[in-house]
Amino acid sequence: MTISEKKEFKNKSSGKPFKSILSFSLTFILMFGLWVILSGNFEPLLIFLGLFSSFLCAFFFKDLLFSDPDSDFLLIMFRFFKYIPWLIFEIIKANFHLLYLVFHPRMKDMIDPHVVVIKTGLKKEMSIVTMANSITLTPGTITINADREGVFKVHSIDKESAEALPGTMLKKTARIFGEDK
Amino acid sequence: MNFFVLLFLIIGLVFFTGGAVGIIRMPDFYSRLHPAGKLDTLGILAMVLGFALFNLKTFSISELLLSIKMLLIVFFVFLSSPTATHSIVDAGIRAGLRHWTKEDKR
Repeated sequence: MTISEKKEFKNKSSGKPFKSILSFSLTFILMFGLWVILSGNFEPLLIFLGLFSSFLCAFFFKDLLFSDPDSDFLLIMFRFFKYIPWLIFEIIKANFHLLYLVFHPRMKDMIDPHVVVIKTGLKKEMSIVTMANSITLTPGTITINADREGVFKVHSIDKESAEALPGTMLKKTARIFGEDK
Repeated sequence: MNFFVLLFLIIGLVFFTGGAVGIIRMPDFYSRLHPAGKLDTLGILAMVLGFALFNLKTFSISELLLSIKMLLIVFFVFLSSPTATHSIVDAGIRAGLRHWTKEDKR
């Protein structure tokens, strides 16, 4: 029995019905929503078959997507969805900067590629993933490496994008996952 | 309505062109990934928004579902594009490629 299996076994045997029901219903809602979007049929028989198959999927794979929902899992999801519009706005702003750089005739004088190391205090895996992907999506910066201590190596195209970096994005990411203390 | 569709399509076209030109003009491997990975991401967002709006001209449930499917494409591109960029950069770092700095003229 591997460690993960043991953990699952413990979770099931110690009987936390709330967590199990939460992950089951979230998976079920996701599966059925996707089914409705992708099928586009609204006949009663097909709807029933869709309900049945998403029920089966959610029943068997409830540990897969939302494996261990914390008590404030829904709160984190809510804050995450509030973060996305800000991220898209930031991506658009930075994209225009990169577009300006690309079409500038003297581009090679303006860019100054270098690697910066940022120390963040992030500890949770999900927050490190979110931070790394946000950095990569924001043009001008690419995450090269990130480790468990929350140290990021970032390749940035010019000084301006490197200086803007740890600031607001880090604060927002830390707030989503409740790491700002 | 047509005005907004055209606006979104033109914005997307400009970003895609910027990405293609940037890949040619940038000096080295790592800085080429900046336009390649990300101008395309915003370009696809703008273009697909334009398509989804155009599709919604005659409003019905099936058209709405088709537009949502298009937006799902954008969602998956937003997930996969940073991952792909990161893995390409990682391949470069593992191969020991140095990044271009202002000092080495070529």
